[in-house]
Amino acid sequence: MTELRIAFTLNGEPCEAQTAAHRTLLEVLRARGAVDVKEGCGEGVCGTCTVLLDGEPVSSCLVLAARAQGRDLMTVRGLGDAGAPHPLQSAFVAHGAAQCGFCTPGMLLTAYALLRDRPRASRAEIRRAIAGNLCRCTGYTKIIDAIAACAEGAARG
Amino acid sequence: MPAAPFDYEAPATLADALDLLRERGEDARPLAGGQSLVPLLTLRLARPRLVVDLDRLHELRAVRRTPGALEVGALVRHRALERGEGLLALCPLLQEAAALIGNARVRALGTVGGSVAHADPAAELPAVLRALDGAVVLRSARGERVVDAGDFFVGMLTTALAPGELLTAVRLPLPSPGAGFAVEEFSRRAGDFAVVAAVAVVELDGGAVARARVALAGVGPVPARLDRLEAALRGERLESGAIRRAVAERPLEIDPEGDIHASAEYRRHLAAVLTARALERAAEAAGRAIV
Ligand SMILES: Cc1cc2nc3c(=O)[nH]c(=O)nc-3n(C[C@H](O)[C@H](O)[C@H](O)COP(=O)(O)OP(=O)(O)OC[C@H]3O[C@@H](n4cnc5c(N)ncnc54)[C@H](O)[C@@H]3O)c2cc1C
Ligand code: FES
Ligand code: FES
Repeated sequence: MTELRIAFTLNGEPCEAQTAAHRTLLEVLRARGAVDVKEGCGEGVCGTCTVLLDGEPVSSCLVLAARAQGRDLMTVRGLGDAGAPHPLQSAFVAHGAAQCGFCTPGMLLTAYALLRDRPRASRAEIRRAIAGNLCRCTGYTKIIDAIAACAEGAARG
Repeated sequence: MPAAPFDYEAPATLADALDLLRERGEDARPLAGGQSLVPLLTLRLARPRLVVDLDRLHELRAVRRTPGALEVGALVRHRALERGEGLLALCPLLQEAAALIGNARVRALGTVGGSVAHADPAAELPAVLRALDGAVVLRSARGERVVDAGDFFVGMLTTALAPGELLTAVRLPLPSPGAGFAVEEFSRRAGDFAVVAAVAVVELDGGAVARARVALAGVGPVPARLDRLEAALRGERLESGAIRRAVAERPLEIDPEGDIHASAEYRRHLAAVLTARALERAAEAAGRAIV
């Protein structure tokens, strides 16, 4: 069993972690208190464990922790907090886009990466982008509304 | 569930990786994007003693143009195919096929080599490889061999890869300029594997079919080519309905089995519908390219 020492940045802060090689990034992040990263399916399907790895949404349940070495990680805490929310977070609140909230961190990070790459994303593009993030509560409409409200030229078809 | 413990190595060169794989034989398992292997590890369906991480092998990320073909390195990601980055744009069929793979997070990490080596019967890229009469390049500490896609896929999740061997690239012969192509598939929910997928490539000569190729995923343990239908389509003109009639006239040469996702009968039905749709769209695209 290989033990590794890995160094990465987490929400802008340099971090180190000691881990066995068979641990996933999800396990290591949660063990060090990043419980804003949620474990749902553990199989890459649901998107609750989404983190940005060098800016790209990935399923942290399907990434070995060893792969975080030297990389930049962002969780929803890196987006903003109650004191200084990101516009997407404010829009989720304003639109009632979170109910139980379990899917919300993954939804926000996926939406953030989408609007960073496609600031004028249409509703169709938003739907496609969040197709891999499952929500058991909202029925998605309010989530799409919230994200669309943050797109440039908001509420385009 | 956490994966069972294993040793981990991330060799810096292909030669080192091949040495490791030779020394450790069946105990070792290569790791590419991890989008199929990590779930197998955490479900403990795979319990290798050693995981050999290929992530540092930059030599496997290259895309090269060879006469008439594209050679795509094993570690090229689905995302790069989907975006048609660089030389990959020479084969737009890859864009259409890759965009259908799983969800965006899978495409961000999953690789061509991993998909082809994993050989899921419902996967898109093995069918693309079959439709284009492609081949795979396999390397071991003993040397290199090139295996045609038709011989590479042996059974469900089973390929001609020998222990100690790595898939280093796939070779995709480029269809003639003006060829049309299409991928049509049906999956139950966005992001699921297809139940059945059809990949069609059509080349026209003066409004008639010079060559049509179809590969299906999800109708058997390995991607299937429809040789008899392809032969019947040769010379067919493209009046409306001609392709649909040709597909309907003969039972497709497939023998799907039923499983929890779909009955054999339903797979057969999907195969016929998707084959006709893919061929029609590919033929239309080829027609447009000529005009
Ligand atoms: C939720 C979800 C949905 C998905 N949906 C689809 C889908 O619709 N269509 C589809 O095609 N795929 C789908 N996939 C699978 C995805 O495409 C995987 O990325 C792919 O099958 C494996 O590629 P990988 O690079 O992740 O390989 P890994 O998971 O790292 O490896 C897979 C297997 O191949 C072996 N291997 C990897 N690279 C090599 C190599 N170079 N040489 C020899 N052996 C190698 C590994 O040892 C392992 O056995 C899905 C996955 C998930 C999690
Ligand atoms: S827990 Fe990772 S995708 Fe569901
Ligand atoms: S708000 Fe409960 S799962 Fe989305």
